[in-house]
Amino acid sequence: MPYSITLGRSSHHFETLGRLMACATPLRSGDVLAGVAAASAEERVAAQFLLAEVPLEDFLNHPLIPYEDDEVTRLILDSHDASTFRSISDLSVGEFRNWLLDYETTGETIAAIRAGLTPEMVAAVSKIMGNQDLVLVASKIRVVTAFRSTIGLPGCLSVRLQPNHPTDDIHGIAASTLDGLLYGCGDAVIGINPATDSVPAMDRLLHLMDDLIRKYEIPTQSCVLAHVTTALRCIEMGSPVDLVFQSITGTEAANKTFGINLGILAEARAAALSLDRGTVGKQVMYFETGQGSCLSADANHGLDQQTCEARAYAVARAFDPLLVNTVVGFIGPEYLYDGKQIIRAGLEDHFCGKMLGLPMGCDVCYTNHAEADQDDMDTLLTLLGVAGCNFIMGVPGSDDIMLGYQSSSFHDSHYLRQVLGLKPAPEFAEWLEKMRITGQGRLLPVEPKNPLLAHGKI
Amino acid sequence: MERFEIQQPAELLLPEAPDPWAYLRRFTTARIAIGRSGGSQRTSSLLDFRLSHARARDAVMTDFDVAELDDLLKNAALETIHLASAAQDRRDYLLRPDHGRTLAESSRELLSSHVGAALPDLVPIVSDGLSAVAAVRHAAAVLVPLLASLKASGWHISPVMIVPFARVKLQDEIGAALGARFTLMLLGERPGLGAPDSLGAYFTHSPGPDKSDADRNCVSNIRKEGLEPALAARKIEWLLKESAHSGLSGVELKDSEPTSRLPDT
Repeated sequence: MPYSITLGRSSHHFETLGRLMACATPLRSGDVLAGVAAASAEERVAAQFLLAEVPLEDFLNHPLIPYEDDEVTRLILDSHDASTFRSISDLSVGEFRNWLLDYETTGETIAAIRAGLTPEMVAAVSKIMGNQDLVLVASKIRVVTAFRSTIGLPGCLSVRLQPNHPTDDIHGIAASTLDGLLYGCGDAVIGINPATDSVPAMDRLLHLMDDLIRKYEIPTQSCVLAHVTTALRCIEMGSPVDLVFQSITGTEAANKTFGINLGILAEARAAALSLDRGTVGKQVMYFETGQGSCLSADANHGLDQQTCEARAYAVARAFDPLLVNTVVGFIGPEYLYDGKQIIRAGLEDHFCGKMLGLPMGCDVCYTNHAEADQDDMDTLLTLLGVAGCNFIMGVPGSDDIMLGYQSSSFHDSHYLRQVLGLKPAPEFAEWLEKMRITGQGRLLPVEPKNPLLAHGKI
Repeated sequence: MERFEIQQPAELLLPEAPDPWAYLRRFTTARIAIGRSGGSQRTSSLLDFRLSHARARDAVMTDFDVAELDDLLKNAALETIHLASAAQDRRDYLLRPDHGRTLAESSRELLSSHVGAALPDLVPIVSDGLSAVAAVRHAAAVLVPLLASLKASGWHISPVMIVPFARVKLQDEIGAALGARFTLMLLGERPGLGAPDSLGAYFTHSPGPDKSDADRNCVSNIRKEGLEPALAARKIEWLLKESAHSGLSGVELKDSEPTSRLPDT
């Protein structure tokens, strides 16, 4: 279905809805690399004018990737609730933006129409929204999940403690974990990216964290971010698995290069649920995503990277996750070139995830070959805090010595909590006070006899 | 792609006004127990971090001193050939990985003029990649002993190809053009905060357009504080000979290589 517009003396033509979506996307290097970006700044705005007029219904009638070709498209269309959609079916993309910004539209109103939304509708409206729109609408939406802590409550900001070590050294990981706990972090999850993806390595790390969590009765959950099939084998052999992790993406073909499909995710979730290890909730999945992964896998079907990313959220929402984390700046400058592109992408991902009902967190991060620095990360961190992001990462001094990139630090979470009056998950906040790590919202001087430090002297 | 790495030793450098658990720093090089002012980082740790990032950025942006590398190799009686990838400049290299994976047209012609009667067993290639500093500092220190030892074992080695702005896959085009049995590419790795001059080595058996990362072996973190260049040379030689013997490379070689596993510390 072609789309055309004349603006003054120049006319613009877009052959398909997918092409229109790609050209309407704010500039980023990954879409240029894919050859799908608008050819000029004017063409981009022309596409946005046209996209604003597209009825939301068109996204149901013209799937961007054919139903027959892709199980993610089938998931999206088969789970779409036509009766819920009826209340917004007469809106265009531009009218949908206005509706979202209306005073009368609240988080509850958005939740009520959510089953009628597809990722493509949400991606489309995000493309014509400014950064402030992405912040404002996301801030209306709360998505609350729970396992041993409750994440995403109003006024709360949680932290994934990320104690990585280049050789999975147990003592090195324990040292960084204690550092994070003593800085009041770890209420979203204690999550380790293993250097080696193997069953014995994962089992060893799981036991390390399980012992720590049980000994000190820490109201949090652990996760080793190995492949889902590794987690399944660990569950079979009786390892203490709290959460199952997997990187996911928005097309069947790209997920295949990750060695996964919807079936294996369902199997892993069922296995984790069968362990019944949650106390205040039963959400057992942790997903990570990031713009550019489909193109990187040569499986983007001619779509722009942000639309592919939104489709990954349809995969996530089918498995009722505890945490979804967009690792926004990790992929490198060929997909998101600089701080400006990373900031925009982080806000888009958080918005789209929240619109689709996901407990969105963000790895506010960059690599050393991207045109970005800590000041850009401070900006994104602040914007996400205002937008109501569920969780961020906590890495010692921002420097991940295993993955070789920079993320947010433990200190960063205290900055954000101070300026925005945010608190950790309630169960964890209570534990921090009991352990004399925090008092009245501040970090306390840690006594040498603090029981956690006694643990460090192994 | 199978990777071989050595962990850098943990140094017990204490930050100014550290936290009471600073003794844990002997277990990791992570920036733990760095202290705080309020909930924020102290001035000293903030500036330490900035210095590390500045060095990493400089490593990415520094121009490749091709002449210096050329001198180091020629002093060791190694011939060189200078080639160019399709990347126009550093920005183009960063934005267009595909350009770094292809030779410039002029270099294709130059290379075809070097095809000889005896096909090489090994074509060594050096690029700045993401750290020119790494290539200039360590590439010769790896290649000189490695190539001498392989020649002594009867390997026919081509001149060393020096190619700015290359990606790992460029070795397939170069290797195929010269009919090489192996290509070995040394190039600067993406700088981490603690390691601005880390060199990576990637080799491919029967290089060609159909090869992917799964067909290669990688020896990474080559630098003074990581895997020392002389040790890396020995490791690469062992792997190359093992690969030549078994006819396997990449993921398949991994399973037959007992020392490939990371030390279980």
